[in-house]
Amino acid sequence: MNRAPKPRHVLGAAGTTALCLVAISACTSTDDNSGDGDTASSDTYTWWDPYPQHEESSEWEQRVDACGDEAGVTIDRTAYDTTALTNQALLAAQEGTAPDIILLDNPAVSTLAETGMLTTMEEFGFDTSDIDENLLAAGVVGGQAYGIPIGANTLALYYNQDILDDAGVDPASVTDWESLTAALEQVVDAGHQGITFAGIGTEEGSFQFLPWFWGAGADLRELDSAEAVDALELWTGWLDDGYAPNSVITNSQNTVWEEFLTGDFAFAENGTWQVNSAAEEADFPTGVIQLPARDGGVAQTPTGGEFITAPVQDDPARYEVTAQIVECMTTPEGMVETATTFAYYIPPTAEGQDALLDENAELEPWVEAVRNAKGRTSDDLGTDYPLISEALWTAVQNALSGSMSAQEALEQAQADAEAETG
Amino acid sequence: MNSVPNTFREPGRAGRVGPRVTPSPGPTRERHPRERRRRIQSTTVAAFVFAAPLIAYLVVFYAYPLYRNVELSLHDYTPRAFVQGNPDFVGMANFVDVLSSNTFGPAVRNTILFTLISIVAQFAIGLALAVFFRTHFRLSGLLRALFLIPWLLPLIVSASTWSWMLNSENGIINAFLGAFGIGQINWLTSPEWALVSVIIANIWLGIPFNLVILYSGLQTISDDMYEAAALDGANAWQKFRRITFPLLRPVSTITLLLGLVYTLKVVDVIWIMTTGGPGNASTTLAIWSYRRAFGTGQPDFSEAAAVGNLLIIMALVGGFVYLYLQRRQENA
Repeated sequence: MNRAPKPRHVLGAAGTTALCLVAISACTSTDDNSGDGDTASSDTYTWWDPYPQHEESSEWEQRVDACGDEAGVTIDRTAYDTTALTNQALLAAQEGTAPDIILLDNPAVSTLAETGMLTTMEEFGFDTSDIDENLLAAGVVGGQAYGIPIGANTLALYYNQDILDDAGVDPASVTDWESLTAALEQVVDAGHQGITFAGIGTEEGSFQFLPWFWGAGADLRELDSAEAVDALELWTGWLDDGYAPNSVITNSQNTVWEEFLTGDFAFAENGTWQVNSAAEEADFPTGVIQLPARDGGVAQTPTGGEFITAPVQDDPARYEVTAQIVECMTTPEGMVETATTFAYYIPPTAEGQDALLDENAELEPWVEAVRNAKGRTSDDLGTDYPLISEALWTAVQNALSGSMSAQEALEQAQADAEAETG
Repeated sequence: MNSVPNTFREPGRAGRVGPRVTPSPGPTRERHPRERRRRIQSTTVAAFVFAAPLIAYLVVFYAYPLYRNVELSLHDYTPRAFVQGNPDFVGMANFVDVLSSNTFGPAVRNTILFTLISIVAQFAIGLALAVFFRTHFRLSGLLRALFLIPWLLPLIVSASTWSWMLNSENGIINAFLGAFGIGQINWLTSPEWALVSVIIANIWLGIPFNLVILYSGLQTISDDMYEAAALDGANAWQKFRRITFPLLRPVSTITLLLGLVYTLKVVDVIWIMTTGGPGNASTTLAIWSYRRAFGTGQPDFSEAAAVGNLLIIMALVGGFVYLYLQRRQENA
């Protein structure tokens, strides 16, 4: 090997180092946004939503296109993953290339509204008084609604009828935590798996834990209350006793559903969006019960679902058409159509809910659940919610994995949440 | 720069280049001094013009992102400030927050364990395989190609596959261990094993890179050396210890440096397998940075950038250690 001249070597190495380093900072540089934001011309309106599962030519895309046709424009739709959508929206707003319409996951609305990138519904002349207050709450910041829920969903407990029959469990007997745990014991004794849920370290983990957290009477401002510890101990107890598999710690809600569809599990915590799958894909009879509260009754569940929002545009002339598109998506008929397109989504107005029930009476328990559900950002949490939620799911992870007791995990979560929210 | 043309050999032919024909220097004639000066000026301009695209490229894709990263970390970019472009300057406050966070200690520990164990194991296994493949045998080419598969698969595929294989209840690895009477190991869901699991997956992913670089390094060691050593009665271990290892040192150090930089910034494998969990059990600095920026409903770009800058500094230190070793070797 010849000895290379020194300077070249040094340069080469420094260059390689720099090259590799910069890749790290790529995480903060502008991602490509498919160019959709800035190609907007006067008769093309851009639309972002968090439904990548609905491809082009899907019913959903046709529904969106139809609303564009009605307003006499073309809608250019781009779908992102839920978390990515918030980031893309922030980047686009910073660049001044925000789309005309964004369908936002409800806890994200207050975060984006706070940045000043969303218009209020009042500016658009929409009346939001018909909408169920518990559903609209997530979109209200400082008394102003920054979006309209196009539908809502929430969680309940699906069960496998075959397994319950085999174990001799009557689903109607499950009315509080004690009877649920007793049912799980019976199921496991009969040689089946008990329950599966999502304890993953993301927003989904918090979403699935909240019915138990609220069902015990705990408050998100006080993560280390005795009630909160009770709720977390319910979950850790199930893991310790083998009523729930250890893999719940990494389960997303989709994984939970796939596990349930194997037919091995008696119960699965999941949402309205699986109603169709339960009817069509499960090769066993299924049923749904409300998630029980600790001492009986129905636990409050968190609302899920998207808001239709209209980001601020440089050219105010665009708002007129945007308003027509929003209108098209939020009429009672429009909401029922959305609800059935999504199989299923519960309309956020009483009128819409009644219309949906006329066609699908079997959705009654879900309509009931949505009416009782509670927005995650309500109780005036607003933009603090994402920070508290992160602390909460971390506590759930720490406790379920056994690295901390439920008490310790929640105490740390409360300390972290207080530090973050100030 | 005269040495540059010599380094450009046609790839597949490097081995059988005959006596090199040195390009004959063109006819030199004495030039008038003024003509020469003009000539120099125009070549300087030409040099700048030729370098301009590269400089522009470096500024746009390297200098600016680095600057932006530092800028993000010195301001308080709340989502609102990010959109409006009016963040408060907070100096080192983000770094103080990061350093005093509960996550910092575990993240640094995990980063060090993850990086060191990964690169040492990747290097050792890669080197062993490279030496193994040096002796050609039937199907060695095919076998070597098979070892490259981890490199060719999209990361989302290999990381998902690993997480399925390591699943507590239904994973094939626990099923296999179960056959030997070993009870269920919660690979991805217990704080003791989560980091081990992602390290194992990462080692598997990194072996091909080490294998390829080290194997090509081995090609530069002349067979004569080994023949001479064999005549002197050296055994296999002595040949490795006295010939292969020392002569491979320049290639080894750059492989390790690249390994260090690549491994420090690994996000995808860990994120797909454990999202840094359970809790923070497999959270490295890179994961932490990613999570702060993109993993929650409330992006905190400033803290994420602060963590990212710490990573850059760590990698830079690695780079300087490399330069130091390089220089010492050359002076020796």
